[in-house]
Amino acid sequence: MAETYHTGSARQGAILSRLRAWYSAETADPAKRVQFDRPLTPWLFLLPQLAIVAIFFYWPSVQAVTSSFYIEDPFGFGATFVGGENYADALASSQYLSTATFTAFFCAIVTALSLGIGLLLAVKADKVIRGAPAYKTLLISVYAIAPPVAGLIGMMFFDMHMGPLKDLAAFFGHDLRVGIDYWDTAVAVVTISVWKQIPYNFIFFLSGLHSVPTSVREAALIDAQSGWRRFRDVTLPLLAPTAFFLLVINITYSLFDTFPIFDVVVKDKPANNPITLVYKVYLDGFKGNDIGGSSAQSVILMIVVAALTIMQFRFLERRVHYG
Amino acid sequence: MMQKIKPFDHLILIAGVLFLIAPVVMALMSSTHTPTDIHSNGLYLTPGSYGGETYRKVLTHKGGFTGDVTGLTMLMNSMIMGIGFAVGKIVLSMMAAYALVYFRFRFATILFWMIFTTLLLPLEVRIMPSYQVMSTLGLLNTYTGLIVPLLASATGTFFFRQFFRSVPDELLEAARIDGAGPFKFFIDILVPLSRTMMAAIFIIMFIYGWNQYLWPLLMTTDETFYTLMRGIKSILQVWIGSQIPDYNEAFALAVLAMIPPVAVVVIFQRMFIKGLTESDK
Amino acid sequence: MAHLSLRGVGKTYAGSTQPAVSGIDIEIEDGEFIVLVGPSGCGKSTLLRMVAGLETITDGEVRIGGRLVNKLDPAERDIAMVFQNYALYPHMTVHDNMVYGLKNRGESKQVIEERVAEAARMLELGPYLDRKPRALSGGQRQRVAMGRAIVRQPAAFLFDEPLSNLDAKLRVSMRMEIRKLQKRLATTSLYVTHDQLEAMTLADRLVVLNGGRVEQIGAPLEIYRSPASTFVASFIGAPAMSLLDARIEGGEIVLEGHRLGRVDHAEGPVTLGLRAEDLRISDQGLPLVVEHVEELGAQRIVHGMVGGQPLAVIDTSERQLAGEVLIAVDPARLHLFDTMSGRRIEASRAPVLEGAV
Repeated sequence: MAETYHTGSARQGAILSRLRAWYSAETADPAKRVQFDRPLTPWLFLLPQLAIVAIFFYWPSVQAVTSSFYIEDPFGFGATFVGGENYADALASSQYLSTATFTAFFCAIVTALSLGIGLLLAVKADKVIRGAPAYKTLLISVYAIAPPVAGLIGMMFFDMHMGPLKDLAAFFGHDLRVGIDYWDTAVAVVTISVWKQIPYNFIFFLSGLHSVPTSVREAALIDAQSGWRRFRDVTLPLLAPTAFFLLVINITYSLFDTFPIFDVVVKDKPANNPITLVYKVYLDGFKGNDIGGSSAQSVILMIVVAALTIMQFRFLERRVHYG
Repeated sequence: MMQKIKPFDHLILIAGVLFLIAPVVMALMSSTHTPTDIHSNGLYLTPGSYGGETYRKVLTHKGGFTGDVTGLTMLMNSMIMGIGFAVGKIVLSMMAAYALVYFRFRFATILFWMIFTTLLLPLEVRIMPSYQVMSTLGLLNTYTGLIVPLLASATGTFFFRQFFRSVPDELLEAARIDGAGPFKFFIDILVPLSRTMMAAIFIIMFIYGWNQYLWPLLMTTDETFYTLMRGIKSILQVWIGSQIPDYNEAFALAVLAMIPPVAVVVIFQRMFIKGLTESDK
Repeated sequence: MAHLSLRGVGKTYAGSTQPAVSGIDIEIEDGEFIVLVGPSGCGKSTLLRMVAGLETITDGEVRIGGRLVNKLDPAERDIAMVFQNYALYPHMTVHDNMVYGLKNRGESKQVIEERVAEAARMLELGPYLDRKPRALSGGQRQRVAMGRAIVRQPAAFLFDEPLSNLDAKLRVSMRMEIRKLQKRLATTSLYVTHDQLEAMTLADRLVVLNGGRVEQIGAPLEIYRSPASTFVASFIGAPAMSLLDARIEGGEIVLEGHRLGRVDHAEGPVTLGLRAEDLRISDQGLPLVVEHVEELGAQRIVHGMVGGQPLAVIDTSERQLAGEVLIAVDPARLHLFDTMSGRRIEASRAPVLEGAV
């Protein structure tokens, strides 16, 4: 009995002291050994950011959550509280589930391909000496191209009248009908999305490779005869942190940043075309005027992306401390 | 380190470069041909003679539904968007990061979490309510509405916080002995010290702002506020139902939309890579 | 230039029950050079930073020139500080680095330029005034940090391990320069180091700190000759003083069965301290089993065992050493410490000696 009481109060103490840290000025791990001790000045510096965060982040986020529990009148005259109905509807709809399935498939394949190709190119670019800067510059430059521009250029390549890829497919006896055939469109969006993301992965893998000390490379050169073994046993493990970081970034990219590519390729005609969950949120909200349903989908996405980001931060924190 | 040159490595790299660059080159080249030529012959790898005409038309021809938006207007708007966003981001996040790193004050921890929670959720997941908030505030079709809501994410604050933490403690101590208060220290010491960091973040944020698509799509119905990205959407919408779309003009628009960010990345490559790989973590 | 006074100064960090520093009483005369020395974590830097105003003072009083400064900002305390990593502003030229504090104080341009010129001449920084710190060598940066302190003409200089980032050779020459400069300017100085040699060579008076408390205050030689505790004894002097378990039996000091002399102290165990430089190899005395000889050129240090206990002896001869040698102990230079408390036993000052020489 006494035992329980003690552990209980100890835990309570820990919670209390953590709570105290939330509002008190003393932090266990201050950012600096010496800090300015003024009550008002920091607020002055924080005010602009805080105001913007409050108005443009918290207000809409809270609204997304609230309206996910309501069904709004399409003409904007009031809303009815429906509890979790919007969520139930979304999760029960076959359309939602097929979109979710495609999104998962899309994320997996885009991430795998762009990471794989990015890594391959980085390893090769790290190896060659002659022409290395030229390769680097050329491979990096595509990074800056906006997804919608990538989508536009990609569209031209898959165009039904003059797209070279259409001719290529025809040569193999396939009638490529992007924008009309579900899987043809899927191939197009995956190709464009991968194309756009390779430079990003390339940059990070290359800088990861550069940070492998020369002495380690030389030791590996002495210890392992075959290049493949050296890569597998030495280089790859050293790149693992970079790869993990990129994994999360690439999933987030496939989920959100590919929106413009879909918008350009699918052109508001989702009828028989593959789309991602974010695109569906947009369609249901802005084109379908189903604000409650769209919000419920938003909230589900929020949970997914928040989990991903927390994973990333936890990992990075560990890396900062021990790496 | 001694290593043999392996033709195979170069082969892979060349294939990679071709895969990435060829579409860009073909877009550039095709933009200098007439739409009928493109329609019948497909994309071009060589320059044509129609380029001057195409670009003149794209840049100066008044088009759109209202008939008064030109490529130049869109170029301007994209510039405003890119530069406005980058500058706003740097100013806001430096100030906030300064407060969080260099001050001891009440509620610091809770404010820290309030700001950094914004990193969890991208704009895309709260796009509907954000739009509603903007329309409530009457900020649709304004530059403020285009730029300011995008500043709500704390990425920049995160970068600068990391950077400030890496500044040696002794610098603040020396400055305090030298009689510098919080404002003086910020302006005299910290800002000049952050120049490289600011430049790197400017590049990344400029590209980010320039490349925005979804937000301008929602925020602007008035065509005088259209950015190049928004222009791409409308040029594609016009295609529906037209016999021979203006492929050349679409390509020209794409080229215009590509040049500034690509140029920035290529010219400031070193600084850009350093900023990206060292601050994204 | 001023008198510096620390009375009952202590520091307890928030969230900690153990004080990091406590009960420090030091009176520093005008123009005196005081070195705070001790192992890492002994509180010497904390103490210095409390004087500078970079740490809050939780107990006691700090006065600079008679003025109570406990609550004053660092800039108002009329001090200058030299940091271990120099803390030069990397984006400012040498000139601007030195000038920044004066400008903030609102000194006139003429005064500022005169002082910079004076400091630059003293430190031979003239040719570097327009350079950025990054373009300077470690020694030059160190000088700039000194210059920044000098131009302020403060009541006191505070040095926080200023030579630790320099290589060994440069450290020795900079050490001498700092001392010369301080003599010339006659500015009260408080200097923190963990290097006992640096402490000995620089200080007018040493303050030996251990575990946040003062172990001993005194002139370097005074501390060297009569360390107040085993801690000070082993910390000051190189090679470190050998501390051996001995006993007092029948009014005599007995080490491993060998009688070293008479002493007027209670019977029982004592700690015997012997400095290597006070011992010499002789044809009679303590038997030492030689284990290892460190050649230093001018002399050598002979490490060996007396019974089961290690002892170091300095030898200046060049004879071959092996097996067992006999060690003569200078009777006036024995140190006795209480085995339990480690404090010095003053009775050891006048042992009546027999046959130990």
